[in-house]
Amino acid sequence: MSRAAQISGSIRRRLIGQLVLGSAVLAAVLVLLVTNLARNVAQDTQDSILMASVTSILDTMTVRDGEISVDLPYAALSMLGNVSEDRVFYRILADGQLLTGYEDLPDPGDPGRDGGYITAPYAGTEVRMATAERRLSVAGTPIMVTVSVAQTRQGLMQTLAQVSRRGAAVGIGFFVLAALLAVLTTEFGLRPLRDLAGAVSRRGPKDLRSVKGPVPQEMAPLVISLNSFIDRLRYSLSRSEDFIAEAAHRVRTPLFTVRTQAEIALRRVERPENRAAIKEMIRALDESSRAAGQLLDHAMVTFRTDHLEKERVLLTELAEELVDRLRPVADLRDIGLSMQSEGTPEVLGDAVLIENALRNVLDNAIKYSAPDSDVDIRIGREASDCFIMVRDHAGGFPEGALHRMTERFARGDNAGGTVGSGLGLTIAREVLEAHGGRLTLENKGDGACVTLWFPAS
Amino acid sequence: MRFLLVEDSMTLASAVLDRLRLDGHVVDHAPDVEQARAFAEAADYDLILLDIMLPDGDGRDFLKSHRQARNETPVIVLTARSAVSDRVSVLDLGADDYITKPFDFSELEARCRAVLRRRGGGASTVQRFGDVTFDPLAGTLTVGDRRVSLRNKELRLLEIFLSAPDRIFSKPKLVDRLFSYDEDVSDNAIEVYVGRLRKHLVGSDVEIVTVRGMGYRISRA
Ligand SMILES: Nc1ncnc2c1ncn2[C@@H]1O[C@H](COP(=O)(O)OP(=O)(O)OP(=O)(O)O)[C@@H](O)[C@H]1O
Ligand SMILES: [Mg+2]
Repeated sequence: MSRAAQISGSIRRRLIGQLVLGSAVLAAVLVLLVTNLARNVAQDTQDSILMASVTSILDTMTVRDGEISVDLPYAALSMLGNVSEDRVFYRILADGQLLTGYEDLPDPGDPGRDGGYITAPYAGTEVRMATAERRLSVAGTPIMVTVSVAQTRQGLMQTLAQVSRRGAAVGIGFFVLAALLAVLTTEFGLRPLRDLAGAVSRRGPKDLRSVKGPVPQEMAPLVISLNSFIDRLRYSLSRSEDFIAEAAHRVRTPLFTVRTQAEIALRRVERPENRAAIKEMIRALDESSRAAGQLLDHAMVTFRTDHLEKERVLLTELAEELVDRLRPVADLRDIGLSMQSEGTPEVLGDAVLIENALRNVLDNAIKYSAPDSDVDIRIGREASDCFIMVRDHAGGFPEGALHRMTERFARGDNAGGTVGSGLGLTIAREVLEAHGGRLTLENKGDGACVTLWFPAS
Repeated sequence: MRFLLVEDSMTLASAVLDRLRLDGHVVDHAPDVEQARAFAEAADYDLILLDIMLPDGDGRDFLKSHRQARNETPVIVLTARSAVSDRVSVLDLGADDYITKPFDFSELEARCRAVLRRRGGGASTVQRFGDVTFDPLAGTLTVGDRRVSLRNKELRLLEIFLSAPDRIFSKPKLVDRLFSYDEDVSDNAIEVYVGRLRKHLVGSDVEIVTVRGMGYRISRA
């Protein structure tokens, strides 16, 4: 009874997808932040050294004899050399006229009061340049000196690349860890759902108990509606089975009272033709009652095989109980029931159905046998199959019509006047087929041999 | 025998009452649990036939209290359905057997006999006629120091004869009671069983007499 539901996506996949995507975004942002921070820190460091150098140059500038003198301090440029292998350039302008240094350094624009920085291409690469101005008074005239110190950025770039690589590694590590956590969290988070699904799907089709056990709060509505669904299902299932039993009872009870009255009448009536009429009536009532019983048994069997619930069934035990029960009925016709069992064959199935099948077969053996004969039941195992074999001495099935006897309403010529509806062997066959087994009919010696075969559990 | 029938359906009950009385049994009828308790306390029954679904309670409750009161009267439960769970529970509660309604009277009779035999019905049921002793529960017939086991049909036939010694039973009536209605037997089939009984009775002062054109009767020589 496994029907595929219409599937649209998977919560697990969706959750994992979203969590992984989230961690990817987080990792990328992290890498960007780290490299950006590193870039800023490195830039600030370079800038402050450049500016320190510019300031120290400015500080050494003096006016001597109406001339501006520059005593370029060694330390001013050497502190730049400490930072990296990068080349250093400088330029000192006085009112825009080159005093010393590299004239072709890029134009710093207006550096402002506190000095300014630019990044510009120079000497085939890129340089960072700090510039500051100071007003000097030369012979009463104010002269603006502009000092620029520039440095190439290779070292900085290398550091930055290194930092970026580290950052990326950390980012990837973070991503992997987060993705792993996402999978674990999802699995863990979905476990109650899976447990619930497992608990429900492991059940037999007849197990209609409510789902119990602690479930997370979020799942409570699901479990509550599942339980109410189970309740409704149980109710309607029990009603169908009860209905079948009730229907059989309702149909047969009036037949029973009429039959009893007819039997009583028969005891009082003497004239042969009246007696024959009453007997005919009793027979007809028996036929109807039997037909109603068998039809409803058949409905019950169909219903139960549709919802087949399997449990361990010990064939010997089941047969023994049934044979004990049938013994008084067999005794009425002085028919001996003997049973022989090898081992303890066990099958998986519905005991009610198996009992019903065997009852119909035994019922035939008793019904079609002549008084004072014997019916033998053998239970055992052959290869991997278990069997119950019923043999009688009732003359066997009509030759040629043997294969037809398990069809619905099929009755043999040998049935003669016996009461029957032709459903007994149909019921037995359907029960066995539902269990993956089969029913075989043979004629052996002076009687029939009917075998119920079950696949071993 | 003395029966108590506990059954709420009046049509079913009256059919059972009529039929059992016809066979010479004494039957009381209780339509609910309360009256069933009253009857069971007031009189000794050989057997109680108990329906499960009763208007004022569950037949199983009656069964439980019946057993707790150490009342030894055997109980056969009348069930409307033959679901395994139903019978297991009634057998666990101390029922001796169950039969699915509506039942065949010969089946009911056979089950009663089996239950009483299992319970060891005691000497009370043993019948003496002339110099033969007949134990219908054990199914034995004793003539002098010779004891034979009777087959079922022989036993029932003897029971019928002994229920009214010297009365004539016609062949058709005997066939009715010995065979089911769908068994295709002629009236002469009864001769076989009469023949067997006569053989068992050889050496006693009891004989089964053929009354020409009428039937048979059992008499002391
Ligand atoms: N043990 C047997 N010996 C001889 N013939 C048999 C035996 N069992 C069944 N049959 C034949 O097979 C036919 C079908 O059997 P089946 O049990 O299906 O129906 P039924 O006995 O006629 O009716 P019911 O449904 O009341 O059992 C019978 O009518 C009879 O002719
Ligand atoms: Mg049959």
